[in-house]
Amino acid sequence: MTVQETKRSRYRYRMSLGDRIFDIVNYTLLCLLMVVTLYPFLNTVAVSFNDATDSLRGGIYLWPRVWTLENYKFVFENASIVQATWISVLRTVIGTVLTVFCSAMVAYTVSRPEYVLRKFVTIAFILTMYINGGLIPNYLLIRDLGMIGSFWVYIWPGLIGVFNLIVIRSFIENLPDNILESAKIDGAGEFRTFFSICLPLCTPVLATVALFTGVWQWNSWFDVFLYNSSHEHLSTLQYELQKTLQFSNASNRGVDFQAMQSRGATQVTPVAIRATMTIVASVPIIMVYPFLQKYFVKGMMVGGVKE
Amino acid sequence: MDNNLMYADASLSASPEPRGLKRFLRLLWKQRALVLMSVPFVIWLFVFRYVPLWGWTIAFQNFKPGKSFSEQQWIGFSHFEFLFGDERFLRVLRNTLVMSTINLVLGFLTAITLALLLNEVRHIVFKRVVQTVSYLPHFLSWVVAAGIIRAILDPDGVINELLLRLGLIDEKLLFLGVGEWFWGIYGVSIVWKDVGWNTIIYLAAITMIDPSLYEAAEIDGAGRFRKIWHITLPGIRPVITVLLIMNIGYLLESGFEPQYLLGNGLNMRYSENLDIFVLKYGIEQFNYSLSVAASIFKTVVSFVLLFAANNIAKRLGETRLY
Repeated sequence: MTVQETKRSRYRYRMSLGDRIFDIVNYTLLCLLMVVTLYPFLNTVAVSFNDATDSLRGGIYLWPRVWTLENYKFVFENASIVQATWISVLRTVIGTVLTVFCSAMVAYTVSRPEYVLRKFVTIAFILTMYINGGLIPNYLLIRDLGMIGSFWVYIWPGLIGVFNLIVIRSFIENLPDNILESAKIDGAGEFRTFFSICLPLCTPVLATVALFTGVWQWNSWFDVFLYNSSHEHLSTLQYELQKTLQFSNASNRGVDFQAMQSRGATQVTPVAIRATMTIVASVPIIMVYPFLQKYFVKGMMVGGVKE
Repeated sequence: MDNNLMYADASLSASPEPRGLKRFLRLLWKQRALVLMSVPFVIWLFVFRYVPLWGWTIAFQNFKPGKSFSEQQWIGFSHFEFLFGDERFLRVLRNTLVMSTINLVLGFLTAITLALLLNEVRHIVFKRVVQTVSYLPHFLSWVVAAGIIRAILDPDGVINELLLRLGLIDEKLLFLGVGEWFWGIYGVSIVWKDVGWNTIIYLAAITMIDPSLYEAAEIDGAGRFRKIWHITLPGIRPVITVLLIMNIGYLLESGFEPQYLLGNGLNMRYSENLDIFVLKYGIEQFNYSLSVAASIFKTVVSFVLLFAANNIAKRLGETRLY
């Protein structure tokens, strides 16, 4: 009898009435959780595919009543939204590549036991977990560096995260010792060892860091608001969406609803556009995360509890 | 004899290996590749993380943006004194503490409960599906999440419709318009967003529990609840303790985005927290000094709390923050 079979027969034998009730309640609760988690999102999808004026009547649940692609057409024909999407993609790609590369490089140096500045560099980084200048000093720094109104304000300030650094360092430290050593004995310099031995070996952890950074970059809006809110061409998708959320109580900059109302035939409402932009802003993440879940979970484990 | 030996020793170790600064510089030169790979980033760190600390001086000045540093008027601690007498600041402090406590308690209870429930699921595929679905909101930005939450809480939203149909209310409610309800909405929102994600660490801890314990309990006739109560929960207690202690270090970090994105003029008295206070005074009203004073207060208290939490966790012989 295999282990599996033993287990199965044991369960069958042990299934009492109480167990069965527990299972039913448990499965019901978990199904309910899934409904509560997914429903708001699916509802937004339905609204985004429903005719905008028809949505005003309410009663859209899981399926559009008057099917239309007008909302998406409007969003993708709107120059400022398209531009913002480009900036979002750009900052995600450039930011992720640079962050992964630079974090790995620093992590490699502080993982070398013989490196004289190892302690100094490590402590300098870790201290910043506890203290930071805060909003205004950071803002003034960025202003004095002349980075307001520049794309690089999305990249440089968050270049290396201490969390990423620690995760990569502990991964390198757990590599078999002699791999990096033997490269050096064979005459490879530090750069060569880093590029051709360390980086390829670190692929799993670098994938994790890349995913966290990518999601973070894609989802960021606060730096846009803080530094580039008056530079329309550097706006991002999340920030454009954030602006539409403020419609009820603030002036509507960005998406010009007056102009689109006057276009005549097509009727688009803030509610419909908001729903559509919500979907556009989350689709990349929804497509990516289920397949890469295990990397996220791994990263969470390394960073969360290091025993 | 003895003296001679000592001299011999000293000269032996001194000649091939110079000490002090010289040795350090020599090593540094030898390791110049490593230096080249890390020092530029230390400079980056210094500029972006340490230089802003200089800005803390603003809190002790009557800061005027146009003037140079030497022209600023120094006024000592009066901004801090003003803060602690300010009704708005004290309210903001209360909101911060209440919401981070809600976050802590509710976050822990729901995540542990969900982890226990998931652990009892025997269909692996079903378990995977529930996990994948429950992680989803964690990856969505708060902008997206807030948009969705605002839509369902809208007077025309699904919650109002449901309550109307069930006959629980007579007229549509403006959920985000009632200040007293904000903390509840905040609690539900953060649970919705992160409960699945927060189970990961507990589920991992549960897999570390020795399976023979369950078998022994079964032989002794223990049912599902007793096994959960006497084996699973005690088994993950160390993880719970450490996370709890470490989270106390974040007591002034109640988050910024949910409050900012769900907040409005009507619920401001309950939604405004320290981070929003800092933002409003600094960026919107250009009162840099007051804003920096508030954020210094936050950083210093957080530092003390984190340091203490980290040490307590260490003393308990458990894991540390890093």
